[in-house]
Amino acid sequence: MNRIRTAPPRYWLVALTLVFFLGFPTVISSFLASEWTQALILAIAIMGLNILVGYSGQLSLGHGAFMALGAYVSAILAHRYKMDYLVTVPIAAVFTGGVGFLFGIPALRLSPLYLALATFALAVVTPSLIKRPAGLTGGVQGILVLQPDPPDFAREAFAFVTGTAMTSDQWIYYITLLLAVVLFWLAWNLVRHRPGRAMRAIRDGEVAAAASGVNVAGYKTLAFGISAFYGGTAGSLFALSTGFISPDTFPVSLSIQLLVGAVVGGLASIPGPLLGAIFAFFLPIGSNQWVPSQTWLPDQITSTVKNAGPAVSYGVVLILIMMFAPNGIVGLLRSGYVILNRRLRGASDPKTGQMPPDPQTV
Amino acid sequence: MGRKAPGFAAVAAFLLSVGACGGGITPTTQTDVGITSNSILLGTTNALSGAAAAYGTIANAENAYFTHVNNNQGGVNGRKITFKILDDGYNPAQTVPLTKQLVEQDQVFAMFSGLGTQTQTSVREYLNSKKVPQLFVATGATTWGKDFNSNQWTLSWQPPYQGEARIYAKDVLANHPNASIGVLYQNDDYGQDYLKGLTDGLGDKASTMIKDKESYDVTAANPFAQLTKLKGAGVDTVFLFSTPKPTIQSLAYITAGLHWEPTIYLNSVSNPQVYMGLAAKSGAALKNVTSVGYIKDPTDPQWAGDEGMKLYKQVIANCSTCNVNDGFNIYGVAVAYTMVDVIKQAGSNLTRANIMKIASSQLNESNPFLLPGIKVTTTSSDHFPIMQEQVITWAGTGWKLQGSLIDERGTIK
Repeated sequence: MNRIRTAPPRYWLVALTLVFFLGFPTVISSFLASEWTQALILAIAIMGLNILVGYSGQLSLGHGAFMALGAYVSAILAHRYKMDYLVTVPIAAVFTGGVGFLFGIPALRLSPLYLALATFALAVVTPSLIKRPAGLTGGVQGILVLQPDPPDFAREAFAFVTGTAMTSDQWIYYITLLLAVVLFWLAWNLVRHRPGRAMRAIRDGEVAAAASGVNVAGYKTLAFGISAFYGGTAGSLFALSTGFISPDTFPVSLSIQLLVGAVVGGLASIPGPLLGAIFAFFLPIGSNQWVPSQTWLPDQITSTVKNAGPAVSYGVVLILIMMFAPNGIVGLLRSGYVILNRRLRGASDPKTGQMPPDPQTV
Repeated sequence: MGRKAPGFAAVAAFLLSVGACGGGITPTTQTDVGITSNSILLGTTNALSGAAAAYGTIANAENAYFTHVNNNQGGVNGRKITFKILDDGYNPAQTVPLTKQLVEQDQVFAMFSGLGTQTQTSVREYLNSKKVPQLFVATGATTWGKDFNSNQWTLSWQPPYQGEARIYAKDVLANHPNASIGVLYQNDDYGQDYLKGLTDGLGDKASTMIKDKESYDVTAANPFAQLTKLKGAGVDTVFLFSTPKPTIQSLAYITAGLHWEPTIYLNSVSNPQVYMGLAAKSGAALKNVTSVGYIKDPTDPQWAGDEGMKLYKQVIANCSTCNVNDGFNIYGVAVAYTMVDVIKQAGSNLTRANIMKIASSQLNESNPFLLPGIKVTTTSSDHFPIMQEQVITWAGTGWKLQGSLIDERGTIK
């Protein structure tokens, strides 16, 4: 009991968030659940990117390519070899992780700017590469992925709570949620322990890290591998939730969207990718549908947003974030919490007026 | 709290289901989701932004026609059409959630004129499983008409690319029987469809006449290397099966870069007069350019006194952002005309199933925006609504109609 009372506030936040995501689909429509599934999938991919960019300091502009790889591995296994789709998810994740690890080896030789260009090139060629082996990937026709019906236990549990039958979309939501929770928990463990400390040391000073006995090459490639593992999982789930994949499903802009999400949410933090994903998923929808419907906005603004699509909203929000919250949404919330705490407890009490020491922010 | 939660959720679910069923069931006539006594809700996804944003105007032109019908005729059979347009940026990953939104949240009666082959393929399975009409998709891929029997809720409108390519084959055989052909095509279903139509149309002669074929990827910066190869292969007739941007680049490069004067066949996707003007500005000579058309060209002076063209100009005035000379706009108005025609024919039996039945097997329409003589037709065994086109040649400032309509109905199995 005492442990619960003295638990730092972030544990309560985690519990609240979990309850929210567990209960949400029972009160919203199946369609909205499918939208939130996609947001959670982006969160997984952005968490992977966060480990690479935020914790180990390597920039990747090509994470959409890892998602594409994961999606195609799953879809091909399920479609051609008639495997159960859920079995293919870990296979796709491990396979993509392996490819990411191998990609990390040549990437070691590249300085940050060139690494960004190399990964960007990866994102650019991916749609063309997918088209070539048309027999395997279905070429431009893409691959249809059949969505699984929910199993009996899930159907009954859902019917008990809501009184309505569970749809495939809702079932996929819960699968995604489960995987997201597991992967976020793994990431949290990773960054708090030895590998996480090593990665941050490399990010902050490669020479110093090497001098302290950190295996720089090993950890950098490891970060790439883990990051691709997350991307592959996300891609596999993405194919499942959209029910169809084709080369154009993974355009360059997807990779940019992931990076924007990571930056906006807050790099090198655990809740950051979740917030960033919600932002990155719902901003394009909001900017395309909400902005043009606002009559009070000047015509010039609405027509610009209409013609330029989500890109202009991304730009505006990114600039605002860079100006007012350089550490992303999480950084903003954290500093807000510190200020609030100081006000409430009085600035004269420095001991209680500060956040508990947080290993993540070291 | 724990015991209250299911109760609350049940109430919420009940409210949701009440909301879902509240479509307004009138006892006298048969209706469906998205229909009330005075309105019909249609939805679409189009590329309003992104690389293919030039097509976005189609949706606005369609909306202009619906507005015209609503204002001047009081809607269709007393019901006004509401048209909800969402921007998918030509990305299939966006098309799926947006289509789900239109079907499940906005509760549209039917999807109408969704743009793009990959994008519309991505939702075909979903819409067919939900039995939601996916009518008159804005793509000329042959699969829509050919695979109708396995996807009975999906139908296209415009002539399929293969049929168009067969017309080029006929024209080449008639006018340039000794041509040595080089093909530039986009490496996707769209380019491959055209190539297949040309090869099938040339028949036995295909292997001897087609000297070289080069493909480019849609993401490529330009197709210059491929054109240089074609010239090197010694061909004298070039087929451009490419989207507007690479087509304009090709036309300019053939003249200015290669100093070459082959006979050019240009696919209809890239032949709007606006693009030809852009090509001329970039230095293209535009000699011996042949294409096909099936819609009246708004810039062609011969239609100045035409009733259909007058109606088009009146309709398009409802859309403030639409360029009256843009061929895509008259396309949008023409396809919206067919949609209204189908709803009109359904009369009081306005159900999704009946709409599909009429559109896929009972169409027999003379569309005022299409070239005279073209019929929009479907029967129980033929699901390609438009199959007639006419050869056109470029005459410096506009296209000139040549010969008479060529009918390719029944050639695509």
